[in-house]
Amino acid sequence: MGETVKVIGAFDSPFSHRAEVALRLKGVPYELLLEDLGNKSDLLLKHNPIHKKVPVLLHGDRTIPESLVIVEYVDEAFQGPPLLPADPFDRATARFWARFLDDKCSTPFWLSLWTEGEVQQGFMKEIKGNLKLLEGQLKGKRFFGGDTIGLVDIAASGFAHWLPLFEEVAGVTLATPEEFPDLCRWGKDYTSHDTVKQCLPDRATLLARFTAKKDMFVSTVKSMAPKS
Amino acid sequence: MAEEIKKGLVLLDFWVSPFGQRCRIALAEKGLPYEYSEQELLGTKSELLLRSNPIHKKIPVLIHDGRPVNESLVILNYLEEAFPDAPPLLPADPYARAQARFWAAYSDKVYEVGSRLWKTKGEAQSQARAEMLQVLGNLDGELGEKPFFAGEKFGFVDLALVPFMPWLTPSFERYGGFSVAEVAPRLAAWADRCMERESVAKTLYPGEKVDEFITLLKKKYGIE
Repeated sequence: MGETVKVIGAFDSPFSHRAEVALRLKGVPYELLLEDLGNKSDLLLKHNPIHKKVPVLLHGDRTIPESLVIVEYVDEAFQGPPLLPADPFDRATARFWARFLDDKCSTPFWLSLWTEGEVQQGFMKEIKGNLKLLEGQLKGKRFFGGDTIGLVDIAASGFAHWLPLFEEVAGVTLATPEEFPDLCRWGKDYTSHDTVKQCLPDRATLLARFTAKKDMFVSTVKSMAPKS
Repeated sequence: MAEEIKKGLVLLDFWVSPFGQRCRIALAEKGLPYEYSEQELLGTKSELLLRSNPIHKKIPVLIHDGRPVNESLVILNYLEEAFPDAPPLLPADPYARAQARFWAAYSDKVYEVGSRLWKTKGEAQSQARAEMLQVLGNLDGELGEKPFFAGEKFGFVDLALVPFMPWLTPSFERYGGFSVAEVAPRLAAWADRCMERESVAKTLYPGEKVDEFITLLKKKYGIE
């Protein structure tokens, strides 16, 4: 029934998780092809020559890179529960916050973990401010998407599962339940959701892998941080 | 005090903004009437802008029946969905739509990398130049021999990218020391083809005007 669906992904990657969770929520079976990002395969380079990144969705002979583009594609190409709201204005709002997560949260989050001193304080303030804005979008709902998981939940999934892990590895506290009660509650609801759980990488394994890579993260960040 | 909700479309914009121009071209292509509201960006931002886009405080903002939509590509998708009877700019097929969304987002790189060309010097500028050549090559390759990015018809990717062309020529070309006609000849021909459309010709400013604006910005920010 239908054409083959494959995800070129990576164990550690929250972006890869986005593609998987979208397919699972839609009830679409797929094969996961795991990449070693330190040694990218010809398959990945062939299917994402522009960015050379995971995830890439392969559907029959179609290739779709970029996690958020994949999520919207999955929503439109397959039957199943909708991942975006029906109303055009609500869809615009969801897309805005999904972009906000990638454009405004990813980088300061990463930099707040591995920098030090005043520079780190600056990034921590930035990410905490942005997480507060994001939290404001929950407005008493179980998920950003309402009763069911939607685009913004999927886009924010890195902050549900990966954030606490990175906090532990880096020895940095960004989002406590006291400061971010709604966001932390959402994080627990997201990561314990039956469908989501099936494609979340094991916590202990992630912790070990990230701990082993800590020095590398610190040194790559030195080249990323914008000069003041 | 209850504020009366203004019906219809209002676009908060800035004359030379390529992101705003994306919206203007889309509105023209769709035949949608709207009120254009020029915003003061180099001085004090208006109450309306700050209220409508409190997160980014940027234009363009499309206000529809009093509700603001922010981010140019989000606005373009919104226009597709909120006005289903207007001529579509996105194809119907989900895969073609995904490709259009990918390349429209990728086109942002022209502006992002191009800005580094006039804002930086030395190694940072060389790096920006190398990246720009790659971006233009990728866009040229994706266009291929087609008249427009999606094929025969002017559409989503075309209008997302075309506002950056007067920034490329002459400004980014001069700051980066390259020629679009040389490194991306099909793209250069495509740009001329797009300018034959009324919506594009009436919206975009000539490259010389953009160049003047960049010179103004450099002075304002004290960039040599």
